[in-house]
Amino acid sequence: MSGSGEDIVQFSNVGLRYGTGKEVLSDVSFTLYPGSFYFLTGASGAGKTSLLKLLYLAQRPSRGMISMFGTDIITLPRDRLPGLRRRLGVVFQDFRLIPHLSAFDNIALPLRVAGVTEQDLQKPVADMLEWVGLAGRSDARPATLSGGEQQRVAIARAVIGRPDMLVADEPTGNVDPEMALKLLRLFEALNRLGTTVVVATHDLHLLKKVPDSLIMRLDKGRLSDPTGALRYPPRRQAALS
Amino acid sequence: MKSPPVIARAIARGFSGLSGERGSQLLPQARLAGPMPWVIAIMIALTSIAAAGGLALNNLAQAARAELSGGVTVQIVEADPVERARQATAAATALAGKPGVSAIRVIPDAELDRLIEPWLGDAASGDAAIPVPALIDLHLSGTITPQRLGELRNALASAAPSARIDAQADWLGPVFAAISSLQWLALALIALLALASIAAVWLAARSALGSNHETIEVVHHLGGTDAQIARIFQRSVARDALLGGCAGLAIGLIAVFLLAQRFAALGSGMIDGGGLDVMDWAILALVPVAGIVLAALTARFTVLAALRRML
Repeated sequence: MSGSGEDIVQFSNVGLRYGTGKEVLSDVSFTLYPGSFYFLTGASGAGKTSLLKLLYLAQRPSRGMISMFGTDIITLPRDRLPGLRRRLGVVFQDFRLIPHLSAFDNIALPLRVAGVTEQDLQKPVADMLEWVGLAGRSDARPATLSGGEQQRVAIARAVIGRPDMLVADEPTGNVDPEMALKLLRLFEALNRLGTTVVVATHDLHLLKKVPDSLIMRLDKGRLSDPTGALRYPPRRQAALS
Repeated sequence: MKSPPVIARAIARGFSGLSGERGSQLLPQARLAGPMPWVIAIMIALTSIAAAGGLALNNLAQAARAELSGGVTVQIVEADPVERARQATAAATALAGKPGVSAIRVIPDAELDRLIEPWLGDAASGDAAIPVPALIDLHLSGTITPQRLGELRNALASAAPSARIDAQADWLGPVFAAISSLQWLALALIALLALASIAAVWLAARSALGSNHETIEVVHHLGGTDAQIARIFQRSVARDALLGGCAGLAIGLIAVFLLAQRFAALGSGMIDGGGLDVMDWAILALVPVAGIVLAALTARFTVLAALRRML
């Protein structure tokens, strides 16, 4: 777990290209602090998903340096990545729920991966189902759930392991405004528990809903810092760090 | 932020997640359903039959060698029956006193007639019989070497000048060579069948990996290790191999049993030595076990190799 004073994530001059194509991310540098709430914005194709892939360790950069929980990701052996991934929660844009598993089993998956016994995981998963308002749908398969319900199962799966950092890719993209607000409140609740939250969105209305949030704006693969918060974190984050 | 107690306890125990039935449920398509258990059954059946053949040939060769070990045949090749009989008696007398001779028997004419009667009919006996050599069956203790045969020849040179001496094993040398070739053929067949099984499991595992790619990706993002994912596939493949292996062994053993009955009905003295003993049946029972282990390891290494290409 990240201790006091430890940066959650540090990017330094990071560049990413796929194959021999041009860079989709160029000279990206920023620091994420514990307990902060970040919005990652930018137009379609700006590189938000690519940056998130770097954040949830689905990709290594082509250049630059990334440190996560005090560990250098660039030189970290592949077999040590699972340990770091267990400190992350990821909400995918397309949910990526496992279709043949029930809502309960989808949410329980991170605990089962971590080796939690069936007896020990019953209560946390039941609590999580209740937290996302799906207590009565534990046996439902994803195909029988609405888009909003699937999204809440995906969020519950991402947070059940109490991650140090939650990364969400367009989590409100497939739901109506009312549901989007509910989901945002879930993220805020998690953030209040101490989890650093990074939400990628192109919905600018969402940004106003979380007053203390910090904004990272990507434009054609380059990161801008419109509020200066990435370079000079506000007092709350500085105090936390 | 602290991990929930359940995770902390799991970490203290050492990660062993996705084990048992829960793990298998995660990738139901990893189960090699459809034709794969039957492919494995056919491979195991053919391997069992080839192994049984190889073991039977080995027993046959060993039995023949044991029977012929130390055996020497002395032929008195003489057209005159009186002289032939005299030389046979003289040879038997001369050989009886030689060191290392453990048994000696002059084959009676009546027994010789019976032996060749199936081929020559009435011409084998009576006054107008075709002259056949007199035979002396000799057993020596220890190994028969060309030097010992030479000493026997020298001993008979004056007493029975028409005598020819051959080690019985020499006669069957080509037969032993053929048996050895068949044993190698059986081994080659087993090796080829094992390779074919590996290829079949490799293809099936890759296909299952492809069809479960998204699930595997999710498990990876949740912190699942390669070993955890490989274990799920390994278990599924082993279960199918167990199913196919049991069916294959049953088919193979029935075939071996029926073949054994047919060969036993031939009543040939040599083939009688080619039966399977308890140890051989135990070895045959291990064929599906070896198949299951081979299939599970193939699946494991195939999946691990594929996963290494992911971050």
